[in-house]
Amino acid sequence: MSEPGGTKDTGSIPPVVRLRDVGLRYGEVRALDGVGLDFPGGCMAGLIGPDGVGKSSLLSLIAGARSIQAGKVEVLGGDMADARHRSEVRGRIAYMPQGLGRNLYPTLSVMENIDFFGRLFGGSDDERLHRIKVLTRATGLGDFLDRPAGKLSGGMKQKLGLCCALIHDPDLMILDEPTTGVDPLSRRQFWELVDTIRAARPGMSVIVATAYMEEAARFGWLAAMDGGKVLADGTPREILESTGTQSLEEAFIALLPEEKRRGYRKVEIPPRTEEADGEIAIEAEGLTKRFGDFTAVDHVSFRISRGEIFGFLGSNGCGKTTTMKMLTGLLPPTEGRARLFGKEVDANDLATRRRVGYMSQFFSLYTELTVRQNLELHARLFHVPAGEIPGRVREMIERFDLEGTEDMLPDTMSLGHRQRLSLAVAMVHKPEMLILDEPTSGVDPIARDAFWRILVDLSRSGGVTIFISTHFMNEAERCDRISLMHAGRVLVADTPEGVVKKSGAGTIEEAFIKYLEEDSAGRDAVRAPDGTDELARVLSAKDGALNAGAKGFRRFFDTRRMLSYARRESLELRRDPVRLTLALLGSVILLFVMGYGINMDVEDLSFAVLDRDQTVTSQDYTLNLAGSRYFVEQSPITDYADLDRRMRAGGLSLAIEIPPGFARDIARGSPVEVGAWIDGAMPTRAETVRGYVQGMHAHWLAVKARELGRGEEAEGLINIETRFRYNPDVKSLVAMVPAVIPILLLLIPAMLAALSVVREKELGSIINFYVTPTTRLEFLTGKQFPYIALSMLSFFMLTLIAVAVFGVPLKGSFFILTAGALLYVSAATALGLLISSFMRSQIAAIFGTAILTILPAASFSGMIDPVSSLQGAGRLIGEIYPTTYFLIISQGTFSKALGFEDLRSSFVPLAIAVPVLLGLCAVMLRKQET
Amino acid sequence: MRASNIFYLGIKELRSLARDPVMFVLIVYAFSFAIYTAATAMPETLNMAPIAIVDEDRSPLSSRIVGAFYPPYFLPPELIDQSEMDARMDAGLDTFALDIPPDFQRDMLAGRRPTVQLNVDATRMSQAFTGSGYIQAIVNDEVRAFAQRYRDTAELPVELTLRARFNPQLNKSWFGAIMEIINNVTMLSIVLTGAALIREREHGTIEHLLSMPVTPFEIMTSKVWAMGLVVLAASTFSLVVIVRGLLEIPVEGSILLFLAGAAAQLFATTSMGIFLGTIARSMPQFGLLLMLVLLPLEMLSGGTTPRESMPDAVRYLMLAAPNTHFVMLAQAILYRGAGFSVVWPQFVAIIAIGAVLFGIALTRFRKTIGLMA
Repeated sequence: MSEPGGTKDTGSIPPVVRLRDVGLRYGEVRALDGVGLDFPGGCMAGLIGPDGVGKSSLLSLIAGARSIQAGKVEVLGGDMADARHRSEVRGRIAYMPQGLGRNLYPTLSVMENIDFFGRLFGGSDDERLHRIKVLTRATGLGDFLDRPAGKLSGGMKQKLGLCCALIHDPDLMILDEPTTGVDPLSRRQFWELVDTIRAARPGMSVIVATAYMEEAARFGWLAAMDGGKVLADGTPREILESTGTQSLEEAFIALLPEEKRRGYRKVEIPPRTEEADGEIAIEAEGLTKRFGDFTAVDHVSFRISRGEIFGFLGSNGCGKTTTMKMLTGLLPPTEGRARLFGKEVDANDLATRRRVGYMSQFFSLYTELTVRQNLELHARLFHVPAGEIPGRVREMIERFDLEGTEDMLPDTMSLGHRQRLSLAVAMVHKPEMLILDEPTSGVDPIARDAFWRILVDLSRSGGVTIFISTHFMNEAERCDRISLMHAGRVLVADTPEGVVKKSGAGTIEEAFIKYLEEDSAGRDAVRAPDGTDELARVLSAKDGALNAGAKGFRRFFDTRRMLSYARRESLELRRDPVRLTLALLGSVILLFVMGYGINMDVEDLSFAVLDRDQTVTSQDYTLNLAGSRYFVEQSPITDYADLDRRMRAGGLSLAIEIPPGFARDIARGSPVEVGAWIDGAMPTRAETVRGYVQGMHAHWLAVKARELGRGEEAEGLINIETRFRYNPDVKSLVAMVPAVIPILLLLIPAMLAALSVVREKELGSIINFYVTPTTRLEFLTGKQFPYIALSMLSFFMLTLIAVAVFGVPLKGSFFILTAGALLYVSAATALGLLISSFMRSQIAAIFGTAILTILPAASFSGMIDPVSSLQGAGRLIGEIYPTTYFLIISQGTFSKALGFEDLRSSFVPLAIAVPVLLGLCAVMLRKQET
Repeated sequence: MRASNIFYLGIKELRSLARDPVMFVLIVYAFSFAIYTAATAMPETLNMAPIAIVDEDRSPLSSRIVGAFYPPYFLPPELIDQSEMDARMDAGLDTFALDIPPDFQRDMLAGRRPTVQLNVDATRMSQAFTGSGYIQAIVNDEVRAFAQRYRDTAELPVELTLRARFNPQLNKSWFGAIMEIINNVTMLSIVLTGAALIREREHGTIEHLLSMPVTPFEIMTSKVWAMGLVVLAASTFSLVVIVRGLLEIPVEGSILLFLAGAAAQLFATTSMGIFLGTIARSMPQFGLLLMLVLLPLEMLSGGTTPRESMPDAVRYLMLAAPNTHFVMLAQAILYRGAGFSVVWPQFVAIIAIGAVLFGIALTRFRKTIGLMA
């Protein structure tokens, strides 16, 4: 535990962050335990420690992204538990979460990403654009302004993240492992950039968590953490002195509690003994992969012999991962050949796959399965004999130091622990070959060494071939041979010493950079970005800051922030033409399908007769039915058994039985009974059949009576003149189309909006909402806006098709219909947002939207049966569901030519629904992670 | 192909689902509350239809007619003036307005065949048609019964005895409950398989699976059986507890036979889900695609409106959808008590459609899986 005295070197500047007794739990797991720490202001403060000791949790608490459970967190002179203070300082803090480009929007371009953040903080367009230009030039991103963030290399993503963080001149910048998974060159450039920024803005405080000890040595102040507690803090020199060690790496190990230190040994690599054996395990020959006109891997060739450790180095995006994927058979090569164990790689060759263990760069295990379940599943899929599985799983858990986490879900573990699990999984079936794509990114030094001891052991005593890519130079030194890749080509392949010697450099890192400089394609990457001076000038200018404009922002709702979110959501929508087409064209297709398909006029019903009379009269009775357009006669029924069988099979909707003596009895005037059986399995159809039969029976009687000379009396005592109003021809289409439009304008907009929030939650960019001054209402309405616009477009198309194609007359005012539609789609999208705010996974949001919209809209809102006739819960839902009211407006304007006065009672509920739904969203949506 | 791979991958699917409590709540809701509400909300054909009467005669006969409209078929009639009639219908207050002219009784008895005007709001599709038939029958009956007291009528003595089989009361809740189960079976099975596939893709786990000694066939089959099982369990629960227990709907045929049909249907719909999952590139696209597929499946399979009423083109096209056959099968087994000898053609159709869907999905899955990684 530290006392404030640790900050003595930083002089009079007050601490930027003060922590007192801060605790945090995830369920059973204690992530932070009574942390008390003061981060000095105006300097670069580092957090170091093994994986899963709570560094990230601590940073997210400081950034205000996570709500405080216990203790006191003071940032920039105020309590972060106080919502008012939080909302005030959010504009002064910039937070870059862990994971490459995690808070960026992959489909948006570099320019659009920065622009989005910039707009959240105001300033004039000119100012912002100028600033973006300067920032991107200084970071070397200037040539890639139009490239989507998702297509940037890891290093460029992190630089972009930095640009986004710097756009508003923060007073406190929080970087969580910003260089993990980034190649040495990009890493160096990243820190140079940070130095430039700090030189220009000396007052700015920076807090960084890192796994690289050589980076930590450059920081002004350090805090070492372990097990949710602070072990030591002070300047790097103080820490070295207090531990009596030479390097931070050693100091860090010395600081660890006894039981963690005990297992630690240095990695020693015995020389390979069987080099002569010469068996080739991996062979690549002119391996090439093109994606469109982009060549990711360009004629790569190498041979790796059995038991060799082959290291693969290179900047992010140089083609290492693509090469590895081709070796595992995940990607078919465009040209060239790859052989494993002398056999051509074939995606269908399961036997070879069983001999290989592959670990991909990104965590790709099942986050819904526990550590143990993941290991067991993989052991089974690789056909480890059932009896050996428990022992093997235990062995892996011990080997990779995963004890105590057996029943945890990967999501709740730190990045480093997840990497270890991935490795354990790749090795659970004891493969003869390991293909490991940056396996140690984000893993702490001790665990990394432990991991390398395993690799060395496997290679030297087990003869396992290891093909590994890494960004750590000390790991490259441990390989038997390394190869340096850039822009899809292998620049050099040799032993580590050989590479260093050939280049005439002192270390591998220098050799690495030298080779890049010699390579024409690599030169651009190495070239120092220009414009850093200008950046310094812009950053140090007091009145140039965008944040100056932010003071004019309203606290609770500001249109500019709302519009920034609206703009971004629209851009993402525009980048997804398939979704746009589906939304617009889908509504049109559905209108056709439902307009034509749903029909209340029933025709061509099958019926058959059991005629026991067989006279002219009985046949006349049958003809009376068969002659109508409603019924189609089937072959006559022979007996009751036949009748029963055919009705059961659903072949007959109606069966008629004419009794013996039918004609005779009619002539005599004695009572006769005609029997009719209707198939009641489908009640609406049965009801229609009943009506038809009754009508035709009456008609037949009237005709018969006249024939028998009973005169006009039998034709009826009165006339009933039925006028079908609003739809005089009783066309189903005319009634149906105005009823289908409201349903479509609910389902599609709700589904569009339903994924908007939950998708950000699942993919991580929701963090931007947590840590920027954006309020809930700004966030929600901003997201809603583009979907309302899209839905209105859809509404215009549907109305046009209804009138022009279906010939449904729009008798009332188009303006009133449009006004109603605007309110209605606002409510529909708000409903989607509500589901989205509530759900935690996209699957649940999709399913939830489907069940919460289709049934109420199609059945409870008056499309088929009016709401006033419904009962029970369905009635209640119908009464409050927005579709009910827009259905009245739609039918009222389309068919009844009603004006606003007549429809007022339907407008009011819609106008109430929008703010109520949005209010509920705001309540459901958290502004912090809990 | 190894059966053990399919089994363990399926177990993994079940475990993943068990980790999502919200999903569990939604499934329970869809197969209990939603079924119950859908079944009980539907009125019994004509229920509480709002009717207004303009009585310009004020005779014993006209009062008799007014008195003949009562719940549950009709709401008690509103007696209004002729001037109010249009406004009330415009506002949607009444579905029907009956106008009895002055001197109606006198003219009728004198054999002058007076005319009663019945106005129907034709935008209210279901009530408009059945309701106007009812009203005509009621008015005619009342007039005839009234007339018989004063004079001889000359009706033919032929009576039509109508009986509805399988559902004598034409109880709509019987129908609504089963159709809602069918709808939810389709919806859930498509979501569970399709969305789960996209999630695996978005989280990179598909790529991971493919680097292991498992085939696309094994991956797909495991999803089909695991998700099919979940939906089958949910529908069994719904049928036994909600439909038979709570709603007390008599089931004529064999529940086991129906469940066998449901299993065949699930084979088809889970394959369809995977197929959609290979088409959509992201979850938002999948959500829209789902709506696009689900609505026609539900609306046009014969579960909402009778197939006989659809245009021929739609009717034949919908024969390619498994739902159409499943609805027929469900109606035959559950209401008409049909046995396998009757419904085997539906079984054959569903399994054939399912096999085709499975084949297409597998081909697409194999082809696109490289792009998913």
